[in-house]
Amino acid sequence: MSSTTGSLPTTAPILFEDYLALGIYVGIALFLVAILLLLSWGLGHRTRSRIKNEPYESGVYPTDNARLKGPVPFYLVAIFFILFDIEVIFVASWAVAYDRLGWAGFGQVSFFTLVLLVGLLHLWKTGALDWGPSAARQNRKNQDIP
Amino acid sequence: MDNNLVQIALQNVNMWAIMPSLILICFGMGLLLINVFLPRGTTKHAVWISLIGLVVTGLFVFKGWGDPQYGFNDAVALDNFAAFFNITFLVAAGLTILMSDEYLRREGYPVSEYYPLVLFTTAGAMWMASGTDMMTIFLGLEVMSVGLYVLAGFFRNQVRSNEAGLKYFLLGAFSTGFLLYGIALIYGVTGSTRLTEIGIYLNAHTSLLGNPMTLAGLVLIAIGFLFKIAVVPFHMWTPDVYEGAPTPITAFMSAGPKAAAFASFLRIMEYCFFSLKPEWTAMLWVLAVLTMVVGNVIAITQTNIKRMLAYSSIAHAGYALVGMVAANEIGYSGILFYMLAYAFMNIGAFAVLVLAGKKGEDNLTLEGFSGFGYKRPFLGVAMTIFLFSLMGLPPTAGFAGKFYIFAGAVKAGYLWLAVIGVLNSAVSLYYYLRVMVYMYFRDPLEDYAWVSMPVSVVVSIVIAIAGSLYLGIVPGFVMELAKLAVF
Amino acid sequence: MIGVYHYMTVAAILFAMGTYGVLTRRNAIVIFMCIELMLNSVNLTFIALSRHLHSMDGQIFVFFVMTVAAAEAAVGLALMITFFRNRESIDVDQINMLKW
Repeated sequence: MSSTTGSLPTTAPILFEDYLALGIYVGIALFLVAILLLLSWGLGHRTRSRIKNEPYESGVYPTDNARLKGPVPFYLVAIFFILFDIEVIFVASWAVAYDRLGWAGFGQVSFFTLVLLVGLLHLWKTGALDWGPSAARQNRKNQDIP
Repeated sequence: MDNNLVQIALQNVNMWAIMPSLILICFGMGLLLINVFLPRGTTKHAVWISLIGLVVTGLFVFKGWGDPQYGFNDAVALDNFAAFFNITFLVAAGLTILMSDEYLRREGYPVSEYYPLVLFTTAGAMWMASGTDMMTIFLGLEVMSVGLYVLAGFFRNQVRSNEAGLKYFLLGAFSTGFLLYGIALIYGVTGSTRLTEIGIYLNAHTSLLGNPMTLAGLVLIAIGFLFKIAVVPFHMWTPDVYEGAPTPITAFMSAGPKAAAFASFLRIMEYCFFSLKPEWTAMLWVLAVLTMVVGNVIAITQTNIKRMLAYSSIAHAGYALVGMVAANEIGYSGILFYMLAYAFMNIGAFAVLVLAGKKGEDNLTLEGFSGFGYKRPFLGVAMTIFLFSLMGLPPTAGFAGKFYIFAGAVKAGYLWLAVIGVLNSAVSLYYYLRVMVYMYFRDPLEDYAWVSMPVSVVVSIVIAIAGSLYLGIVPGFVMELAKLAVF
Repeated sequence: MIGVYHYMTVAAILFAMGTYGVLTRRNAIVIFMCIELMLNSVNLTFIALSRHLHSMDGQIFVFFVMTVAAAEAAVGLALMITFFRNRESIDVDQINMLKW
């Protein structure tokens, strides 16, 4: 386990010519952007007034704080994604050596997946995956329990 | 990795080594699934299933006693040491579960997800005790901690519980960072995460012992565990979390996870860093004294009993650290004994608090206990026994435990440390006795009519009394087992 | 040539930044991000050392650290949400119900 030898890849010396074209390209891009910005800043017409500083100029007045609370289901889905997504690294590390790990390895990875399935089933049955009307129904049903 | 290595890796699996925790996990998952098919608010089945799970797990723990089971290329070992600690965790979890149902109903959270979480937490603690590889220990620590974060913040509509959970989470994750960095540095020095390999490597290359990287790794790993044990100066979270968390969880945290942290800390120090023993015993000497003094002195000023017991649990961690400073057979086996004794006496005391509290637990102050001993004689006597045991008076478990630990310190030549420990026990008499003064020598303010005596909690209290008295009156047998369990 | 020492120095700097952030910041989410920074600096150390020592253990450790960090994030953010619902703030100075 501890003695997997992977020799370092031999790195060729960095040649200046290989990077010259890239350097010129970056230089031109930066130059163009800088010129455009400078020109619009120097030649453009400037107005400063209260109305100009509003988020939506000549639009509807904003009525409330911009920092709204997001609905919790979005957060839940994000967290479930992270949790189930990251478990893939274990399945993937089994998959790269599945033929050599044989049935014993298959059994272990199956148990692992079973654990994940139990988790998913629990989420599903407790209504964590429900959206919209079905979630509202679920909430009404559970209202007497805090 | 070539085929031979894979074959060897698979042959060394040995499921017996993880069988107890595997069974506990399976019970927990089964319970989770059963819960979702039953109407919300039914919890009786969960109590029974968890208790059965704990008992079955306990039976499988004995497979490792006297016949060490090593598994997964020596990443897990179910040896005597692990078996002894596993029994401690199972006792703590069992007593906690017995008193939980009543408490959760009173506080208005009859939620059955609580029980699988306790089981998972216990399984994490068991991995910590039986881990012989940094990876296993880290995973066990995290399985335990993540469960505890949720349990500490379990009452999601109570701000106190929210705060306890959040505080425990932030500081727990912070300390995990330190622990991991320490493990990474030690891995860099020795090229291994296996505890025995690290120890052999460090012993063979003595020039590495003074290396800053080794010392930094040692200190960082120690900080990670000292935080979980709640040793001064890493104790700041303890009173807040213990006060805010649900009372059964406070009881569990002070016994099970603390013992688990001691188990892996002992194993790591003894397996990996035995070459650095003079250094780390010197470090722990200072911390043990600080912990005992700070815990006891601040406990004197507390009026909330839950908070007082939190500070007293810090002081008790200090007593147990004395055994680690001694670093000999009596000291180590003293820690094992003390952790088991502490599980009985502390969880018992919290079980009395569970019954004595009103909804919201605002009455758990010294004043609120006025005349409690007269009005509720059984609970009064039980509380007296637990307080005697926490003080360390004979014939209780606390006395025997402290006796062994201080005997170990004296034998190792730390006479002053033992003296400081005994003096601290004397200080602790003051605040424990004060509770009894309020219970027996004050006129009752109330009739304590709300105190009911549900069977499950009474069973838990009776078991705790039996354990505290048995370990105090005939400590010999368990102490012999503890001696067999240390390295 | 960039060697293991450079990686370890970067990791140490990141770890120190994370620690400093945890100790000085007041917003629970920012504190949690600093903790994640600490964990990721540990991951960087492990990977660099694993490459340096030609041993796979470090990489496997990183798998576990990542998984555990995800689980911790789920639990931690859930705790923060419940706290926010009851207190309308996640400033750690507001965590003041329990004080000595």
